[in-house]
Amino acid sequence: MNNWSIGPIDAWIIATAICCNVACGLLGCFLVLRRMSLLGDAVSHAILPGLVIAFMLSNSRAMGPMLIGAMLVGLFTAFMIEALQRWGKVPEDASMGVVFTSLFALGVVLITRYAANVDLDPGCVLYGLIEFVPLDRISLLGHEIPRATVTLGFVLVVVVFLIAAFYKELTIVSFDPYLATTMGINAALVHYALMAAVAAATVAAFEAVGSILVVAMLIAPGATAHLLTDRLSRMLWIAAGVAVVSAVVGYMLAAHPRLNTSVAGMMSVVAGAQFALAVFFAPRHGYVSKLLHQVALSLRIAAEDILGMLYRWEEARRDAPLTRDQIVAAMAGGLTPRLALLRLLRGGHIESAVGAAVRLTESGRARAGSLVRTHRLWESYLAQHLGLPLDHVHEPAQRMEHFVTPRITEQLDAQLGAAQDPHGKEIPPAP
Amino acid sequence: MIAMFRSNAALETPAPAAGAQAAPAVDVHDVTVAYHRKPVLWDVDVALPRGRLIAIVGPNGAGKSTLLKAILGLVPLASGRVEILGRPLSQARSMIGYVPQRETVDWDFPVSALDVVLMGRYGRLSWCRRPRRADREAARGCLAQVGMGDFAGRQINQLSGGQQQRVFLARALAQDAAIYFMDEPLAGVDAATERAIIDILRSLRSAGRTVVAVHHDLQTVSEYFDHLVLLNMRVVAAGPIGSVYTTENLQQTYGGRLTILDEAAEALRRAGR
Amino acid sequence: MDTFLRLILLQDANTRVVLLGAALLGMTSGVIGSFAVLRRRALLGDALAHAALPGICTAYFVVGDKSFTAFLIGALIFGTLGVLCVSFVRTHTRIKEDAAIGIVLSSFFGLGIVLSRIIQNQPAGNRAGLDTYIYGKAALMVNQDVALIALVAGVILIVVALLFKEFSLLCFDRDFAAAQGWPAMWLDILLMALLCVCTVIGLPAVGVVLMAALLIIPAAAARFWTERLSLMVALAGLIGLLSGLIGTAASAMAAHFAAGPPVVLAAAGFFMFSMLFAPRRGALADWWRRRKLRQRIAMQNVLRALYEIGEAAGAFERPASFDQILSSRAWTAPALTECLERAVRAGLIRGRDDRYVLTDAGRREAMRVVRAHRLWEIFLVEQAAIAPDHVDRDADQIEHVLPPELLARLEERLRQEGRLPAPVPQSPHPVGEVAP
Repeated sequence: MNNWSIGPIDAWIIATAICCNVACGLLGCFLVLRRMSLLGDAVSHAILPGLVIAFMLSNSRAMGPMLIGAMLVGLFTAFMIEALQRWGKVPEDASMGVVFTSLFALGVVLITRYAANVDLDPGCVLYGLIEFVPLDRISLLGHEIPRATVTLGFVLVVVVFLIAAFYKELTIVSFDPYLATTMGINAALVHYALMAAVAAATVAAFEAVGSILVVAMLIAPGATAHLLTDRLSRMLWIAAGVAVVSAVVGYMLAAHPRLNTSVAGMMSVVAGAQFALAVFFAPRHGYVSKLLHQVALSLRIAAEDILGMLYRWEEARRDAPLTRDQIVAAMAGGLTPRLALLRLLRGGHIESAVGAAVRLTESGRARAGSLVRTHRLWESYLAQHLGLPLDHVHEPAQRMEHFVTPRITEQLDAQLGAAQDPHGKEIPPAP
Repeated sequence: MIAMFRSNAALETPAPAAGAQAAPAVDVHDVTVAYHRKPVLWDVDVALPRGRLIAIVGPNGAGKSTLLKAILGLVPLASGRVEILGRPLSQARSMIGYVPQRETVDWDFPVSALDVVLMGRYGRLSWCRRPRRADREAARGCLAQVGMGDFAGRQINQLSGGQQQRVFLARALAQDAAIYFMDEPLAGVDAATERAIIDILRSLRSAGRTVVAVHHDLQTVSEYFDHLVLLNMRVVAAGPIGSVYTTENLQQTYGGRLTILDEAAEALRRAGR
Repeated sequence: MDTFLRLILLQDANTRVVLLGAALLGMTSGVIGSFAVLRRRALLGDALAHAALPGICTAYFVVGDKSFTAFLIGALIFGTLGVLCVSFVRTHTRIKEDAAIGIVLSSFFGLGIVLSRIIQNQPAGNRAGLDTYIYGKAALMVNQDVALIALVAGVILIVVALLFKEFSLLCFDRDFAAAQGWPAMWLDILLMALLCVCTVIGLPAVGVVLMAALLIIPAAAARFWTERLSLMVALAGLIGLLSGLIGTAASAMAAHFAAGPPVVLAAAGFFMFSMLFAPRRGALADWWRRRKLRQRIAMQNVLRALYEIGEAAGAFERPASFDQILSSRAWTAPALTECLERAVRAGLIRGRDDRYVLTDAGRREAMRVVRAHRLWEIFLVEQAAIAPDHVDRDADQIEHVLPPELLARLEERLRQEGRLPAPVPQSPHPVGEVAP
């Protein structure tokens, strides 16, 4: 732990990574929503030969030619994938696989072949050299700033500006390309513009962070945000947050002296870990919340079933009160009815006298009455309007009574105007 | 005794068990199916007689295809069970023929029409066994039966929609089944194919086979079929065509009073999210 | 040149072994890849291969040595884990499969890079040969490695051969397979397992980054040549085999070349060739067919125009001027000139001084064309209830491809109704106006 602290060099690396990650993460939201995540993956791999050729032609690592080369190849990739589908009848996923792997292989061969001239090795292409970013500085407004930070900062500004300027168009095209076309928005143009932006962000990020982090950042923040919210504007903010966390935490972990490992790799892992957390713990769309929701639902249903049982028991004027064990046994045992009983006790809906006999309280009776009312109304409805035989109506009613809203109940009441359910039982009055 | 009080229906006497007569072709007991907890079929309870042409009719999203898939065990049942010719599904597989919807497969798949029909014979071949000459002959016969004898070697994407549907029908014929399940066999086919398919269905009926078909066209249903199941998430009515094909039943199937049911389904879906 | 000769003549025992390994690998991935592509699982192989990298590193941590078998087992475990993650995310969340693949691919691969860097930093690390798994280095394979590859490849090929019927049914129509009683889910899992194993044994030769290409490209290339599944699978195996051989040989000739990229480029070459030159599905064949059809349609239109001009004038022998023909339809002068020249060459019309007349053969052909056109028009008006002024254009497009038996049926109907005027029926709309 001794020298694990943030110096100016680390700060520059983190700043560079933040610019890169946020730019990719914002663009990635639209890729994820349009189900084109892998197109981002494909483009970010496929631009490699464009970079190398641009470098060989211009004989410099100036941003301009490389950007143009990469964008051309990026657009070419998107176009080829569509062309193979349309003219070669190759399925979408396979055509993607064919195009980007071939182009990437070509790029690696070019790099290896001209390794002496191209200042890149095939490994860097994948995981970048962000550790060395602060070494290559240019002077800007009197400050010595790393070149990559300037480029990536510029890219981030452009991406944010583009998204802000074309927010409406991007939203509509992501939501419904056909609708967009009928509204006079050129969906194909937006599609290719997005691809060009992805290619540009990728090439700017390439040297610093490598293609694998670009892929991670194009997909993971967007997907994580998609699990956490249903609103596009919020999704963009969350994606940016995830991207920043990946940059900071990823760098801190990678730079930890005990590990001292690949920064880009660690940032990808952190991004993947955040996604994994969201998969399990997202408030509405997460796995755990769905499980909890299910448990809560089955508890509520059990509790309501117990109330209904007690109501019917009272209605039938049985003398001996029901005991807890009897209730649990009637509900086929298990943990759920016991928990439901506890919950009802604590909610004051039932009281448990000596000998564990269970009775409804005033509030419990009111709630049970409205439940039974819904149940019987629903039964009457099913029997009258769907022509179900009597012995078939109870089960569906049992299932529905927990979900029917008061509005539907009143609608049923108005439509039926019945005082008795099909079995001849009285329908309790509205509370 | 206490358990009875969970359910006031249980106070009624249970319906007497079915008599000793031959089991129906398909017996569906209280089947409920949900996709992503959204109910598609609710407590469907229906018995389909043997040797009839049976149509399952209902509006879009009424669960017609799902009912077929539920009978065939292709979607998990949330509750209920299905019997085919009085046996559980696993023992009745060899007696079933199936015609899925045409759009469910990739018609650019590298197989010929004959190859597709041959797949109908796979069910009677054991593991690892290749189809033999006899199987090929049988498949050719089935293709000829649907009027596609000249197209055996044709790649399937070079066939018209109607021809593709006939190939699917031929594949089901190759299964030589007692009961055929067909998902919209007449959807999007030309008039000639429609007539050819109906002719084949009638000859199946005269051979004592049962056909259960999802059908979308109310105009032709009473002409083509003799038994009807009106479905809208649940069975609205089922029986011989004359007694079921009434305005009231159709209204119930296709809307009107069922709005409450829809709303309830929506409530159920929201709750189950 | 010397290396090249040694390579070609297979003088080197080690080269022989390496090439054998690469060939077997290519063949196996071509075969299993065919099913993966047809089952629309092509890119899952990509996730699988990338996800294997941390497995290789972990195996190094555990075994602490460059054990080929241990690496493969580690790769298999992590690769399978990656696939399971993808399917968990797909079934239990709202995230679609493509995003799930991308995330698993990049974060597992990132983990692999992290681990391999840690290994390199260890004093005894000496790179541990882990880098060769990124882009592949077939030349480092030794006899035992190839023996293992041969064994696994053999098992995969035998399983595919035995279950060919079952797998093809699964890929074409899973529901039908399930309705017939095949355990569709287990077949699917078996297919995925074979894909996993094949990917993993391919890693040393091709590398994690490009292994997916060897699964996808041969299959996609083979699809262009045939409409039969068995042939496609065999052809994909062959293309994979050749790609493996060529790529590995190329990499063996230049010491610093990784094997993966050349193998993939060889496969991509086969793909390009197939896409361009395959006889039926290829792009050139397709272009040629379209051109032929366009020419046939243009020719038939010229013949019909001349016939209708002659019909209106009451004399087929009187030549029609170029402008007259040009104004009879909406076509451009160069296209018409080209088409007229072709018709002259075919002996269907005679032309002099920009004036054209049908030959006898041309008149017969024109009569046939006009007959088909008008029969179809009548059919459209009467059967499809299309307004007469819309008929001409619809008839134009379809009549050129009308099957003769359909025409015969149309004719038969009109004859039965007693209104078939011989030999060419009347047009249902006034002739001689410019078509809209």
